[in-house]
Amino acid sequence: MRVAVLKGGRSLERNVSLRSGARVEDAVERLGHDVVALDVGVDLVKRLTAERPDVAFVAMHGVGGEDGTVQELLEILGIPFTGPGAAACARCMDKALAKHAIREEGLPTPDWFAFNSTAFRELGAADALGRLEQSLGFPLVVKPSRGGSSLGVKFAGAPGEVPQALVSAFSYDDRVLLERFVDGREVAVSVLGEEALPIVEAIPAQGDRYDFEARYEIGRTSFTCPADLDDAQRSAIEEAALATYRALGCSGFARIDLILEAGGPQVLEANAIPGLTDTSLLPQAAEAAGMSFEQLVERILDLALKPAAA
Amino acid sequence: MSEVPPPPHRRRAHTSTRDLERYAGLFAERTGVMRSSAMRDLMAITARPEVISLAGGLPDTSTFPSKSFAAQMTRIAQESAAEALQYGPTEGFEETKDCIVEVMGAEGMLVDPHDVIVTTGGQQAIDLVCKTLVDPGDVVICEAPTYPGAVPVFCSYQAEVVQVECDEDGMRIDELEELLRRLRQEGRRPKFIYSVPSFQNPAGVTMSLERRRRLVELARLHELLVVEDNPYGLLRYSGEPLPPLYQLDGGDFVIYIGTFSKILSPGIRLGWAVAPPPVMEKIVLGKQAADLCTSTLTQYFVREYFAEGRWRQYVADLVEIYRGRRDTMIAALREHFPAAATWTEPHGGLFIWATLPDYIDTGDLLAKALRADVAFVPGQAAYIDDRGTASMRLNFSGVSDEEIREGIRRIGAVIAEQVELYEALTGESAGGAAPARDDAGAGENVLPFRKAGEAGG
Repeated sequence: MRVAVLKGGRSLERNVSLRSGARVEDAVERLGHDVVALDVGVDLVKRLTAERPDVAFVAMHGVGGEDGTVQELLEILGIPFTGPGAAACARCMDKALAKHAIREEGLPTPDWFAFNSTAFRELGAADALGRLEQSLGFPLVVKPSRGGSSLGVKFAGAPGEVPQALVSAFSYDDRVLLERFVDGREVAVSVLGEEALPIVEAIPAQGDRYDFEARYEIGRTSFTCPADLDDAQRSAIEEAALATYRALGCSGFARIDLILEAGGPQVLEANAIPGLTDTSLLPQAAEAAGMSFEQLVERILDLALKPAAA
Repeated sequence: MSEVPPPPHRRRAHTSTRDLERYAGLFAERTGVMRSSAMRDLMAITARPEVISLAGGLPDTSTFPSKSFAAQMTRIAQESAAEALQYGPTEGFEETKDCIVEVMGAEGMLVDPHDVIVTTGGQQAIDLVCKTLVDPGDVVICEAPTYPGAVPVFCSYQAEVVQVECDEDGMRIDELEELLRRLRQEGRRPKFIYSVPSFQNPAGVTMSLERRRRLVELARLHELLVVEDNPYGLLRYSGEPLPPLYQLDGGDFVIYIGTFSKILSPGIRLGWAVAPPPVMEKIVLGKQAADLCTSTLTQYFVREYFAEGRWRQYVADLVEIYRGRRDTMIAALREHFPAAATWTEPHGGLFIWATLPDYIDTGDLLAKALRADVAFVPGQAAYIDDRGTASMRLNFSGVSDEEIREGIRRIGAVIAEQVELYEALTGESAGGAAPARDDAGAGENVLPFRKAGEAGG
């Protein structure tokens, strides 16, 4: 079988994507397939047409590769590909859209407001900030609607910190979210096919609770898998994650991030193409389920080729 | 050219979570302070070819005459192949040291070649100095902002780094004195003060003569060492040369670090350190442990190059080129940056340090700038703590005039958007006025540096 591994691209998460891609290429080769490694650029369609792969493994993160753009092209070219389809990717990538879909499904997600910069520039949305802050309370979280890892995500502890946080978030996207801060345990559920893999919990080191950068550094956040949860907690989290996965129309795989607060889980976001590096959560979860990385990649490819068999 | 297939190699199995934990259990404590970050990944994309990168620190090597390069290397191959391919002394060749003595002489320093060690770039000299002097928890003092490349070195030796603010005359010596007093009260003695006194990286500022004298006095008084890192001293574009700290002190309490990187080539990885004999003895042992000796081949190259006697002319040519680029960048900043921005106007070196209104985080701004295909170094890289978030380092040596103009125009445009947005959010005209300053507060910085988190406007 000929497998094209799509990686890199122009997104801010290019580097992580290159790492994910390299690891996938290696696994695909070990599985005995032909690998066509593609650093995604202007020649993508030309190269896909020339190489004629049987399937494309999309190992891209962030805008361009995870937002449905590449998926749309693959759909047009008729090349089966891994992970969610174009529409689901577009929904997952845009946190505002995803949260609407999640809430419409009756699933718990923290209260939020979303604005684009035009609202502030041309419609005087700043005058609504006071009311909105009152409704969400402090601290609140400001994040770009479309963006990956922790880039541009800021806490605002008081009204005076909101404008600066907004300016930062608008550096990454034209639409930003102001979201109620949810205090609780951070958990992630990787879904493979229609199945929830063991839950991973992220435990930030002392003092790093309000530092999103810490999530990114080995040693500053520790990850436990399977997370130490009682049965009721575990099934509530899994149910919320699987329902989110379906509500967003995901297929193949995805990772749902949640916060477990006293009242139960709250869905934060869904990642259509979760990281696949050495330290990423999906491979960790698969491993806890007894799957090697090769087995994980093989299963993901199977799901792409035989979606009905999922 | 025909393509050579890669040699057969082993394929390592994938690292599992258990492997990670097993290795992590073996890591030294110091690896805990070696940081990777999302920001570093962001910097990696500045290397895209379509990006105008003002983020580098590269000298322009394109003007180096390739013919004389070829002639020198040929001569080495014909006359000294065996020696040039052999190990050399840990301290470096005498002939290399003669070149070093000549370079330092050009800035007015008289040096005993026995006090000199040739290192693998100036960077290794910083590492060796730390290796020789720093125990975990020792205090190292440096400037704020400081050379971003020195921070990981200090951290890897688990130094406690304390930064002293800079203004347009370099490190604030009054603050330094206050700090030294405080440390003494706490019963702690800093091991050394690291400074780039001339055309500092990243701030572009130069320490005044008065402060240089006082710094050297303080070192004598407190019997502590000053590490003078001087990669750019000969790259002066305006104003009168100032004596290096080494010259003022005579080399008793100053360890001097120099490099051929900015006056010849960074690719040859040749730098040096000059230290008092007892310190040098330990540095040599450290160097021996690190890499036995610096590349003999490139030392031969430097010897040949200096024998031609044209090195000063080449530096003079570089000075001409860089002066023009500095002026181009300053003119572009005046045209495209908002009124509330400040920047340094360096008399030499490779960098300008620009500071924006406090509400702009230059790390986030970089993400926006990259979409416009332009890059810079966010200021935070030059601080141990979270200061510097409103500043950026801009390089003018490694880019053409045209790229400088276009790059600054693009950065100016993304800043303008942020300023406009902030004004819409707050109803203030925040871009118009520079923030008021309270210079009386000890520990507070002064123009052109602004502390992140201070209210702007």
